[in-house]
Amino acid sequence: MPAFLLRRLLQSAVVLLAMSLLVFAGVHAIGNPVDVLISPDASQAERARVIASFGLDQPLWRQYLLFLKNAVQGDIGTSYIYATPALGLILERLPATLELALAAIFIAVAFGIPLGLWAGLRPDGVIGRTIMAASILGVSLPTFWVGLMLIMLFAVQLGWLPAGGRGPTTLLLGVPVSFLSIEGLRHLLLPAVNLALVNVALVIRLARAGTLDAMRQDYVKFARAKGLSAGRIVGVHVLKNILVPIVTVVALQFGAVIAFSIVTETVFAWPGMGKLIIDSIRVLDRPVIVAYMMLVAALFVAINLAADLVYSALDPRVRLTGEDT
Amino acid sequence: MKRRAVTALAALLMLAAILAAAPARAAELRIGLAADVSSLDPHYLNIAPNIALSTHLFDTLVAVSPDGQLVPGLAISWRAVDATTWELKLRPGVKFHDGSELTADDVLFSLDRPAALVGSPGPFTSYTRQIVAKDAPDRHTVRLKTAKAYGPLPLDLSSIFIVSKRAAQYASTADFNSGKVAIGSGPYRFARFLRGDRIELVRNEHYWGDKPAWDKVSLRILTSNAPRLAALLAGDVDAIEGVPAAHIERIKADPKFRLEQKVSWRTIFWHLDQSARPSPFVTDKAGKQLPENPLRDMRVRRAISMAIDRKALTSRTMEGLAVPASNLVAPGIFGHNPALPVEKYDPDGARKLLAEAGYPDGFALILHGTNDRYINDAAVVQTTAQYLNRVGIRAQVQTMPLSIYFGRARKGEFSAALLGWGSLAGDFALRTVVGTPNPQTGWGSWNWGKYSNGMVDALVRSALSSVAPAERENAARQAAALALGEYAIVPLHHQVATWAMRKGLQYTARTDEFTFAHLFHPQ
Repeated sequence: MPAFLLRRLLQSAVVLLAMSLLVFAGVHAIGNPVDVLISPDASQAERARVIASFGLDQPLWRQYLLFLKNAVQGDIGTSYIYATPALGLILERLPATLELALAAIFIAVAFGIPLGLWAGLRPDGVIGRTIMAASILGVSLPTFWVGLMLIMLFAVQLGWLPAGGRGPTTLLLGVPVSFLSIEGLRHLLLPAVNLALVNVALVIRLARAGTLDAMRQDYVKFARAKGLSAGRIVGVHVLKNILVPIVTVVALQFGAVIAFSIVTETVFAWPGMGKLIIDSIRVLDRPVIVAYMMLVAALFVAINLAADLVYSALDPRVRLTGEDT
Repeated sequence: MKRRAVTALAALLMLAAILAAAPARAAELRIGLAADVSSLDPHYLNIAPNIALSTHLFDTLVAVSPDGQLVPGLAISWRAVDATTWELKLRPGVKFHDGSELTADDVLFSLDRPAALVGSPGPFTSYTRQIVAKDAPDRHTVRLKTAKAYGPLPLDLSSIFIVSKRAAQYASTADFNSGKVAIGSGPYRFARFLRGDRIELVRNEHYWGDKPAWDKVSLRILTSNAPRLAALLAGDVDAIEGVPAAHIERIKADPKFRLEQKVSWRTIFWHLDQSARPSPFVTDKAGKQLPENPLRDMRVRRAISMAIDRKALTSRTMEGLAVPASNLVAPGIFGHNPALPVEKYDPDGARKLLAEAGYPDGFALILHGTNDRYINDAAVVQTTAQYLNRVGIRAQVQTMPLSIYFGRARKGEFSAALLGWGSLAGDFALRTVVGTPNPQTGWGSWNWGKYSNGMVDALVRSALSSVAPAERENAARQAAALALGEYAIVPLHHQVATWAMRKGLQYTARTDEFTFAHLFHPQ
């Protein structure tokens, strides 16, 4: 186990280093941020001075080495337009995105597993078929379109919920969260549902396939023969066995949900990291773009690691020796 | 089973009802802004959203009226004592938000601060660099010296916000952002800044000017078009700026909302490459590089201008959100030359001119423009290309995001490049957009076409160095007539800025496109 962890951590470091090189080169291949931000009335000399003050006149390799040197000391750049450390800027938005992502995953699991179980237990019933048809819609409709439709229906036409933005927040262990107040929940509901839709469909399909498979297995037949109640068979034996693939996929999806909350955050003006990265790309705020990409890469690496660990806890047959991971 | 489903449905409906219970509306104005405010430090970054916010909290010596004229701000008067000395009289009895009184000391400090501030990617030093010496003969008088005679100094001063020296002396940009030293003399006081989300302001009860109508203002950052409009339609905000063009008709037709519009200061025009080398995106129709650059020939530039039907462009492509332009600055702006006519649409004349210039079969040209900066910008590039094709120039289109476009255009990579420019003075705009590029003087920093005419430069120079406004405007108009007569640029249109708000509100629409909470009033 420790050897496995160490190995995975080393691998992660290499992945992050490669990622930083790619991101850095990519971001610097597009325009010069000073061209976007400099005052229209600035003279060429003022422009040159600003470029030099940000080190943008240096060759790329030197800029990258400087970035690495600072990164090792924990400084991955200062935002040009906000004049604050880029990492702090992103971490400041992290709670909003995490809250949205967790709410979406919660909705996905809370609705996906029961619906998927139902569809798996009665695959030929009307309800079961309806659930499957709806899940196809959930996967195939584009997120931004669904988001706009949700806004048009629930905010503009019915006026039940706000069209966007984050409501008032309450401090929970020093972290601002919005799910503790009614007003905050009202703001959270639509974007969370929007972000959850694809994942609800995904969980439904996984749960259904797992249930169909499990119901044919000997242990279910055996349990039935023993005279266990149907509720216990489904609720304990079947559920436990279909959870392994669901946990894996949901864990992986969690990273994707965070990374791709960009669309939902943009549509709902949700002040999270996704909205920050879009606004930063628009003005070429390089340090923020680089920091964001690095953070997302680190997040994916961490989530993969965590998924492996949870997986092994749920299924003792998985051994974390390093050879077979 | 059925009953359980009904119960579940009822519970869901109840939940929806609880969630839908609308909260009591506070007596405040909520505005949806189209761009993010990055800092509360009024000297940190010279971009429009920051300036708009700063204007709520801070004042400038010289203010700008909704029509783009310079009017008294913290200075009640300004005059040129001699060719290189300006004297400004400060408004007496002005109080900062912390209760301290504004004096000449604060003004001198604020004029020094842009140059002292480090780490700004868009510094305000362009507006203070002309000042070589300054002093305060008494508490309410400021004297500014320039190296050379310099007429637009009051215009420069309209861009520098006056902060409290006591508060800001040892403060950093971060201290402004935290609100600790965001202390000005403006109509609103700072309440809360949630970066990327909203800014909350409260009324300054001791404001020297007209009392704002709202005691609380919340400025929401809604950078994407659809969500901003949805927020207005859903009643999340009371007003929005930058109404998406495609939805203006819809709002016009809806009795619950109203629009305010005004011709903006932003002029959209073509920069045509006039360098002596062969131009990168001009070829013959077979795709071979031409031995010389046809755009250098004034007849070709004129033909391009004549080929464009500006009436159709503004009414169709721009959906009525523009008026045809003949100048670099909009009507009513200082230095606008009303004698310049809008180019008449004349495709036959254009063909004739091209033949005269030696291109009876035209040539091929790629037009470049942005697709995320100006109203319907990509469509404007497309439309221009269609008009050029009609007179025999095979025009193709390449549009890209602003973040890539500006850098490439500045390097002179394009042959025909779309640009929009907003300025409060004609001589200022001419100096930067068509003045002969020269790093020493700082002229022509946006002259992508590399137009150069010594006469134009001389006229602009004499305008800039004239401290008598009438004389200055006269020279600026002459320079504009000369430069536009030679098609230094090909002007297309002035944009129309639009605000949408709920019924019962009105806004004093501004030509500089800024959205100020204190200009909203109940109807």
